[in-house]
Amino acid sequence: MKNWGYLVAAYSIIWVAIFIYIFTLHGRQRQLRRELDSLKEKSKGS
Amino acid sequence: MQTLKQNARIMNGLLGLTFVAMIAAQFLIFVYVPTERTMGVVQRIFYFHVPLAWNAFLAFAVVFVCSILYLRSRDMKWDRLARSSAEIGLLFTSLVLITGTIWDKPAWGTWWTWDPRLTATLILWFIYLAYLLVRAYATEESQGARYAAVIGIIGFLDVPIVALAIVLWRTQHPSPLVFEGGLTGSMLLTLIVCIIAFTLLYLSLLILRNSLRQDTDEIKKLKQYMDERN
Repeated sequence: MKNWGYLVAAYSIIWVAIFIYIFTLHGRQRQLRRELDSLKEKSKGS
Repeated sequence: MQTLKQNARIMNGLLGLTFVAMIAAQFLIFVYVPTERTMGVVQRIFYFHVPLAWNAFLAFAVVFVCSILYLRSRDMKWDRLARSSAEIGLLFTSLVLITGTIWDKPAWGTWWTWDPRLTATLILWFIYLAYLLVRAYATEESQGARYAAVIGIIGFLDVPIVALAIVLWRTQHPSPLVFEGGLTGSMLLTLIVCIIAFTLLYLSLLILRNSLRQDTDEIKKLKQYMDERN
């Protein structure tokens, strides 16, 4: 059972990095939705 | 509207397939495949490391093809796709380098060595970092797309150098076990499932990233149009 630490470290880094990337994309998507809503509001007002 | 619904259905299907393939891959890596005798448990890093490298190459191949198509047609859809693929390729290459160094420590006794394969991979990482920086900080959109496309085409020359480094030079990096028949049946099956799972992940991320870029561009155009009208 030697070297389990290395395996756990590699495995954790991969998934943390991939999830951070996915959450960043999700955040960007929410921001775009807000921008689109504000544009819709503006177009109704004008 | 019909197309949007169809696209959402395809995307959901792809995400579902990626999830199932990833669960299967984790089962094979941690439960099914036997521990390798010489390296022990740390050898299991191989089942993430190789698929990540394979998909980084695939991502840069997509950048290469899309860059050529952009320079020929000047259609921004190719630039968007190339940029999205470069971003995911850079993420995967970062993970290849990190998992590689974590493997190096117990295997070679050092975190890093200027081995030809490692050095060429680090150069590859810098090339695509430069690609994204040029694309992000260019003063003019079309100029940035053009310069980035040139880097995307020339930069791809490093991919075969990385792939063939272990054949062309004396290196510490393990030889291509898959082609030399150095893997047992269960190891090969695990590797194949992992490659499929990570390829599906790459495709899912590429579609998500590209559609986000497309939406960003469309909102930008809409804003410009509304500003001009007011």
